[in-house]
Amino acid sequence: MSNEPKILIVDDERAILRLLGSALERAGYRTIAAETAREALTALQIDKPDAVLLDLGLPDRDGLELVPLIKAEGVAVIIVSAREATEQKVTALDLGADDYVTKPFDTEEVLARVRTALRHCRAAESEIVTAGDVEVDLTRRRVTRAGDEVHLAPKEYGFLAELARHPGRVITHAQLLRAVWGEAHVADVEYLRVAARSLRKKLEADASAPSLIRNEPGVGYRLIAR
Amino acid sequence: MNRRSEIARPSPEALLREAAQEGRGRLKVFLGAAPGVGKTYEMLTEGNARRRGGLDVAIGIVETHGRAETEALLGELEIIPRLEIDYQGRILTEMDIDAVLARRPKLVLVDELAHSNAPGSRHPKRYQDVEELLAAGIDVYSTVNIQHLESLNDVVASFTKVRVRETVPDRVLENAEIEVVDIPPDELIERLKEGKVYIPHEATRALGHFFSKSNLSALRELALRRAAQAVDTQMLDYLRAHALAGTWAGGERIVVAVSELGNAEELVRAAKRLADALRAPWTAVHIETPRDAQFSDDDRRRLAQTLQLASQLGAQVASVPAASPIEGLKRFSEEARATQLVIGKSARSRWFELRHGSVVDRLVRGTPGIAVHVLPSPEGPAPKRPGARPMPKGSWGSPSGYLVATALVAAITVLGVSIYTLGNITNIGLLFLIPVMIAATRYGLRTGLFTGALSSLAYNFFFIEPVHTFTIQDPQNIITVLVLLGVAIVTSQLAARVRAQAELAQRSAGQNSALAGFARMLTTTTDPNELGQTLCAEVNRLLGANTVLLLPGDDGLSLAAAVPPENRLEAIEQAAATWAYDHRQPAGRGSDTLTASDWLFHPLAAGEHALGVFGLARAEGGYAIRSDQLPLLLSLLDQAALALERIGLEAEMATITQLKERDRLRAALLSSVSHDLRTPLTTILASIAELKRTGSGDPKLIAALQAEAERLNRFVANLLDMARIEAGALKLALEPVDLTDVVSTAAHDLRRALEGHKIVLDVSPELPLVRIDAQLFHHCLINLLENAGKYADPGTPIIVSASRQPGGIALSVIDQGPGLPPGEEARIFETFTRIEGSDRKGGTGLGLAIVKGFAEAMGLTVAAANREDPKGACFMIRFPETVLVKSGAAA
Repeated sequence: MSNEPKILIVDDERAILRLLGSALERAGYRTIAAETAREALTALQIDKPDAVLLDLGLPDRDGLELVPLIKAEGVAVIIVSAREATEQKVTALDLGADDYVTKPFDTEEVLARVRTALRHCRAAESEIVTAGDVEVDLTRRRVTRAGDEVHLAPKEYGFLAELARHPGRVITHAQLLRAVWGEAHVADVEYLRVAARSLRKKLEADASAPSLIRNEPGVGYRLIAR
Repeated sequence: MNRRSEIARPSPEALLREAAQEGRGRLKVFLGAAPGVGKTYEMLTEGNARRRGGLDVAIGIVETHGRAETEALLGELEIIPRLEIDYQGRILTEMDIDAVLARRPKLVLVDELAHSNAPGSRHPKRYQDVEELLAAGIDVYSTVNIQHLESLNDVVASFTKVRVRETVPDRVLENAEIEVVDIPPDELIERLKEGKVYIPHEATRALGHFFSKSNLSALRELALRRAAQAVDTQMLDYLRAHALAGTWAGGERIVVAVSELGNAEELVRAAKRLADALRAPWTAVHIETPRDAQFSDDDRRRLAQTLQLASQLGAQVASVPAASPIEGLKRFSEEARATQLVIGKSARSRWFELRHGSVVDRLVRGTPGIAVHVLPSPEGPAPKRPGARPMPKGSWGSPSGYLVATALVAAITVLGVSIYTLGNITNIGLLFLIPVMIAATRYGLRTGLFTGALSSLAYNFFFIEPVHTFTIQDPQNIITVLVLLGVAIVTSQLAARVRAQAELAQRSAGQNSALAGFARMLTTTTDPNELGQTLCAEVNRLLGANTVLLLPGDDGLSLAAAVPPENRLEAIEQAAATWAYDHRQPAGRGSDTLTASDWLFHPLAAGEHALGVFGLARAEGGYAIRSDQLPLLLSLLDQAALALERIGLEAEMATITQLKERDRLRAALLSSVSHDLRTPLTTILASIAELKRTGSGDPKLIAALQAEAERLNRFVANLLDMARIEAGALKLALEPVDLTDVVSTAAHDLRRALEGHKIVLDVSPELPLVRIDAQLFHHCLINLLENAGKYADPGTPIIVSASRQPGGIALSVIDQGPGLPPGEEARIFETFTRIEGSDRKGGTGLGLAIVKGFAEAMGLTVAAANREDPKGACFMIRFPETVLVKSGAAA
């Protein structure tokens, strides 16, 4: 038995199934294809994939309904959909999806997202996350930049730690606010903007062209790790 | 407890009055105690000062009376030419209100507010012209002397012995700023002697008396007091509108009872002064008794005028049916929760008071808790009492009544004679009570008396000894004759009273049932024209007038219904109808405005809006409606207006449902198009990537394929965005956005498309956050950057910079290249505009139109300009102060 990760691709377009399948296989993954939600759920139980590429416009059910079911199995989910509205992305991510790629996609981009999702999934929670010259030590709650310790306010650290726990993945505004400021402030996006600004000032080389903490307009923040 | 909460809450009337003031022009009145104090001079001086201050000032009408110092002041001010009106061969000039409205100065000077316009003018009074100017948002300066003020008219006349006919209602001055132009009486008398005061020729006679020092002092005091009172009222309005605690008399309500008598107007003015002093709302009420049926036309007109005066002075007006004035007043005062009642002491004879007791006494006893003010009736000839006037024709009774009565008496006589022959029965006279009572009950007093007399004669002739003569021997029989007459009188009076009350009750019941029936008819109507026909027919049936209903259409008011159907309106009537509709006030004959129209028009108003205009006229000419019919008409119109509003709302609901359905379909179509087009595009692009990777096929061909497929993808995205903008279906998700975030993300997303250009981001992280839709703004930036990438010379940098500026933040995307064709800067944002001769660069020309559409939806503005050194184009998005997030909420 090979050890290569197994990817389940769910899409009702055969051509896309075929193209994504060959690209992933060439990158060294094993693939399974499903054209409907029902097939996808069966494959999830039988084949135990490591990650799912999920289209939302399925013939029998809305793909969004599958996200919690897949996450319940501890499997990574990347949405690949033609739906580009912000609220669709936020809904999917809030339901637990690991990432969201809009069609038409760049194949290389999809492969990169799959790698990130799998790494995160497999490595449980790494203790030390590196982004550029910044290191976040999640157990000792220490942040260093080029080896020097950076002093962060509690909320700033909370913000950064939340991103660092899921490196490379978009954390929605609501998720960040809930985790750091609490349920009562889940709509206070302004807090995030202020925290992001001061974090960037302390961590980024050029605060006006950030390369570590990146914003997805209307959706959330992402830490560009490694 | 209650009192306090009432004070703390803003009074809705005060708020409404304040709201009505917004958008209206403001009135400033130069108030003088007497002619010659220099009001016009003062007004012109101030008008000139405002003009020098940069305000657009014009003169509507000013009389200089040839005084040089006043004329000198006209010099600089623009004078709007007057309107010439030909009246019976004489040319009169008046202010040309239409010319002023067309010229629309910010401030217009209008002399002599109390002036009466020449017949044929739009309004009978100049103050009405001024009100229209104010309603149009033009500020007005005007002048008036204190004795022209409606509520002070009597007071001034009482000591100067000069009564002016031209009066201005107090309400006109209530919202005005008042400046008293004041000079001491001695100085004024001096000026008069020097001939510096213009006096109309016909007034010279009364002058010596009018300009006495005591008169002038009294007038001066009145003027100063009135001005102080106006300031008071305005302050109170302000206090009430802002619910500030203040002291004002609360809870007082004044009711004044008016009759058809001549002194009623003075009662009304007295009540107005009382209301002003107590700052209380007041109502003028007329108690409609059976006696009203005997009113002459003069009485009716006087009553209508009195009620109109009351309403001009700011009173509510009511007309209440009751069996007697006392009973009606008692009931109305209780219902209106009156605290003060103003009545006139009627000139009853001592004899009347002996019989009926004093009306005043009974009223005071019947209305505990109400202060009753009794005003004496004026000296001079007392108005005729109904009892003294000749009996109206009707009460003589119909001739057939006399015939029937005679026949009855004859029959009873025959019966009596036949009984008499059977034996001498002394009480035979009682039989004659029967015809007397019947005649008195059915035909009234005169016929009853006639029958009584006839019966006595017949009884006397046939039954009293000596029989067959008219002589009476036995005094006992004289009593019988008197009794017969007495019975006739008493019976007929009782019967008449019962009949009158029954008629009154019937009339009320008739009105109520008419209203109820009308309401029922209206609930089933769903079409405005059908409703109009019902309304016209009903008013025609109830009031006997010709009726029309006009409803607003695309090109003004048009006839929706008419009874009889051949009714047509002349131009003047159309104008009156339009005026009534625009101003939501009655117009035409019997109103204040455009009285030359044969028709009277009432607006159908629901809330703030007029929904239509109802017109009525008498085929035989004259006033369309009696004052006592007005409440019924207004009730009918109110009901019709409500029904019209209901019909309108129903239609609106149907349209909204339709629109919603259409929006739903459009959204479904958009999402299906986007899915259906994107899916094959995804496949194509993925296949191209695969080809590129495997290295099979001509690389040039594959590169071309990829470029075209990507272009198609952008095109689809742009078309969908444009469709959303044009459908007005943009849903904004506004949130505080850091410009650094969106700009850097957009630059990152386009790093591949902009390869070969260095992207310089100059967006300070210190800028305030902006409240926009991040996703839409991301689209804007993508489009601007792509556009820059398309036109910039290869290898040149593309700069995105944002900076704080007065009035907001400006964000620019700057490229170095050919720039925009001169003169095209504004057009560049229009749909499908592309820079000339640049077809080969690709693009649909939609990108910039989308930027504009999205930006404007978020409240931002866009601009494009050329730059020199280095040459290129600059596209700018401006964020106004309103979208900036002010606070710096700490993390």
